[in-house]
Amino acid sequence: MSWLQQIIAVTVLNLRSIPQRLGASLVAIVGVAAVVGVFAGVLSMASGFKKTMIAAGATDSVVILRAGSTGELASAISNEQIQIIRTAPGVRRNSTAPEVSGELYVVVDVAKKSTDESANVPLRGVQPGAFAIRENMSIIEGRSFEEGKNELVVGRSAQRQFKGLELGGTIPFGVVEWTVVGVFEDDGSVSESELWADVRVVQATYRRGNSFQTVRAKLQSPDSIDELKAALDADPRIDVDVVNEREFYSQQSKAMSDLISFVGYPLTILMSIGAIFGALNTMYSSISARAKEIATLRAIGFRPLAILISVIIESGALAIIGGILGGGLAWLFLNGFTVSTLNSASFSQVVFDFAVSPTLIVQGLIAAIVIGLVGGLFPAIRAVRLPVTTALREL
Amino acid sequence: MKYLYLVWKSLWRKKVRTILTILSVFIAFLLFGLLSALNQVFGGSADLANAQRLVTLDKISIINSLPSAYLQRIESVAGVERVAHASWFGGYYQDPKNQFAQFAVDPERYLGVYPEVLVAEEQRDRWMRTRDSVLVGRDLMEAFEWSVGDRIPMYSSIWTNKSGGQVWDFEIAGVFDSDDPRGNTQLMLIQYDYFDEGRAFGNGTMGWFILSIDGAGNAAEIANAVDTQFANSPNQTKTSTEAAFAESFISQYGNIALIISLILTAVFFTILLVSGNTMAQSVRERIPELAVLKTLGFQDKGVLGIVLAESTFVMLIGGGLGLGVAVLIVNVLGLVPLPGFYLDGAALMQGGVYILLAGLLAGIFPAIRAMRLTIIDALSRA
Amino acid sequence: MSKDLVVLTDISRTYQKGKEKVEVLHKLDLTIEEGDFLALMGPSGSGKTTLLNMLGGLDKPTSGSVRVGNDELQNMSSSALSRWRANNIGFIFQFYNLLPVLTAQKNVELPLLLTNLNGKERARRAATALSIVGLEDRANHYPRELSGGQEQRVAIARAIVSDPNLLLCDEPTGDLDRETADEILQLLQALNRDHNKTIVMVTHDAQAAEYAKHVLHMDKGTLATEVAA
Repeated sequence: MSWLQQIIAVTVLNLRSIPQRLGASLVAIVGVAAVVGVFAGVLSMASGFKKTMIAAGATDSVVILRAGSTGELASAISNEQIQIIRTAPGVRRNSTAPEVSGELYVVVDVAKKSTDESANVPLRGVQPGAFAIRENMSIIEGRSFEEGKNELVVGRSAQRQFKGLELGGTIPFGVVEWTVVGVFEDDGSVSESELWADVRVVQATYRRGNSFQTVRAKLQSPDSIDELKAALDADPRIDVDVVNEREFYSQQSKAMSDLISFVGYPLTILMSIGAIFGALNTMYSSISARAKEIATLRAIGFRPLAILISVIIESGALAIIGGILGGGLAWLFLNGFTVSTLNSASFSQVVFDFAVSPTLIVQGLIAAIVIGLVGGLFPAIRAVRLPVTTALREL
Repeated sequence: MKYLYLVWKSLWRKKVRTILTILSVFIAFLLFGLLSALNQVFGGSADLANAQRLVTLDKISIINSLPSAYLQRIESVAGVERVAHASWFGGYYQDPKNQFAQFAVDPERYLGVYPEVLVAEEQRDRWMRTRDSVLVGRDLMEAFEWSVGDRIPMYSSIWTNKSGGQVWDFEIAGVFDSDDPRGNTQLMLIQYDYFDEGRAFGNGTMGWFILSIDGAGNAAEIANAVDTQFANSPNQTKTSTEAAFAESFISQYGNIALIISLILTAVFFTILLVSGNTMAQSVRERIPELAVLKTLGFQDKGVLGIVLAESTFVMLIGGGLGLGVAVLIVNVLGLVPLPGFYLDGAALMQGGVYILLAGLLAGIFPAIRAMRLTIIDALSRA
Repeated sequence: MSKDLVVLTDISRTYQKGKEKVEVLHKLDLTIEEGDFLALMGPSGSGKTTLLNMLGGLDKPTSGSVRVGNDELQNMSSSALSRWRANNIGFIFQFYNLLPVLTAQKNVELPLLLTNLNGKERARRAATALSIVGLEDRANHYPRELSGGQEQRVAIARAIVSDPNLLLCDEPTGDLDRETADEILQLLQALNRDHNKTIVMVTHDAQAAEYAKHVLHMDKGTLATEVAA
């Protein structure tokens, strides 16, 4: 018999005896499934969070903050500075005005629907140009707010996650009642976690005078950022950081997704080691149960390597089944599962979906295969090393 | 006790198998320990929070400041013993990555409401004497390798000082510890007077107030009295117990505790399966031996006990090692630099209960099988 | 002067095998005197092992009574029977059935775990039992380090260590060569003669049966003939 035929013959023999060792085989499969499931589950949180944050960023938009600010909340920009930015080079103009929006970012207490506990929900005061700067944004229900009125348009995710944001309803922040007049969506981005209102009204309500926190501006092209930066850097009246919007959001998401990865990867490694022990156990007992059979094969003249490989194939097959099972379950139950959490970088709630991405599934399957190979290798070596005569004499 | 030898010996009937099982149990309980400690990070501060203390915040948002005049008005509310205040400094050291909490506080008032903050008398005096000095938590001191007397530049991303810059220089007057190992000492305390005079805007405001009260029973009443005082002012307040405040803040992180417990369930379920299967296998192989024990006069219950003891042993060894290493990593060596990352007695107790439970659950079905086997059938299989 | 140790009266034993009822023992009467060495012979399925199990309280008759010493076994609960076995019966099996994880010494001590003896006393008695079977120098060996005959001697030591009156042997030499078998049988004979143990031995082997004082032949659940040795 050729190598391949030998391997196939022994493998078929092994696989056929699995029903007799169903318990142990199932244990190995479940062990690997748990590893891959937990891995995909935890990291899909990180990837979903990142996806939501990055979706908000366009490469031809910039966020302008006071120099050194770590987030929108800590920034401050005066009205005079905004006038400078409006006329700066590199900023795109539509037919009537430069596409610049001075914005005020505050945090208000709104109860979560799921727990009824109050959460920091971002309230963004914007200037009229704000909607045009975010090109994916559109109002899907109701209308935009009227200038000068206490009216809110709310992000679709925010509306789903937080209480009292029904269209037409009113919600009190402090002494002021706000009316929800519209709902917007923005490609599933972090903006959908926000509530928007006229910046003048927000300034008045929060006694911010005529000051803003950040500026959004549309660039003529992604490369215009250098031109804009240079111009603002040269201007002594203004000291700001100009950041590409996409970069800004990926910075904002970094701490959180780093934390999740920081927990997720060691967790997976530890669990994988546990699963390797499980797989080793399964394969060792599978081999000791068939010691006589294996010895018989060897006595007839099957080559050791064929037996070795077939044992590894068996454990690899069990691990892959487990991996597919775990990844599949994670995808089925977690993909698209919506949660909201506090992003420490912006000190406010971000609503996002778990994203069980193909990359994660592939990584999980690789972990499964490693578990299978390591779990099969040592038992396989033992099977081959077993002296034929001893094995035949043993039961 | 005299059966222990028998149980111990039977355990090592198949060395490799037992060792592998012990190792997977070890991993499971190591994970349990680490995840429990992580849970403390998200949920622990709520346990530490004091019901004898109230926190008064701006009603609309935690980020809004309150007028400093509120201090006296809150002090005058019946039942309030002491009032302290704190304000966000919002800074970092050298690199925006080095973020930690800095509060501007009145030293005397602050230490008055937080008796758990421990500081050497001489260092406390130095802090109170020196306007531009700070008191630094032990964990921070160690993380940045600072020592008392160092001058450090802190960059505030919120507050510009009167000279127009955002870098504030401070002298380290002392270091503080917490009387609870879980307490957060990743904190820097700045002198409020120096901070308020130095900042370019926002002068005369305070971030929030901390009230200590004379009896936990009337906390709700006092909170209500405080909020009523400011009901018609532009800055309405929201007062709650420190515990409720911490809890509501933690709940903002969402379902992290739930996710952790789901992971633990998955891990446990798997470990139970693995070790249960091992036990079942081991019992299957030893059926004739167990029958011999019965023939010799061992009671059914005795055989049940022997099998249960075996599985409990495996869990005790693996689980004990796992918890031990977790304690070593978390509490002794402190390898994970997260505030509140600590394994407390309650978590260890819980781990211990799980170990016993897992031992019983993994062993119970094989044990019952061993108990029920009839001698004649079992022997005829020999 | 001898008295009756075992009295079986009119015992029958039927098993349910699928839908069929199989009668393994049929209205059997048997009396064994104290100090006897009885060999039970007969073809497979004749009921000898069932009879032996009956004597050891491992099995109960469907009808009839089993008295051993002063105890009526058919009325005892299974845990009472366990206790009774520990005090009154020594079992010896064809395949020795030693625990592989324990040394010879610890295997022999096993039945003494059920007594109130302390560790030191247990070790002393086990050593005595081992010296009776001539294996004192093998005390710390594991079963896998012993020959078949030695394993069976350890099993015999285990059977006598709690000093029971009645030894029940199920094909004790079935797995041994002639020479070793003879040694084992001589040992049993000596135990019967010098230590006054009553022995009931099931065997296929006519040569083995010759060591007994009496031989009973069984066929289809009843006793056939009695032959004096």
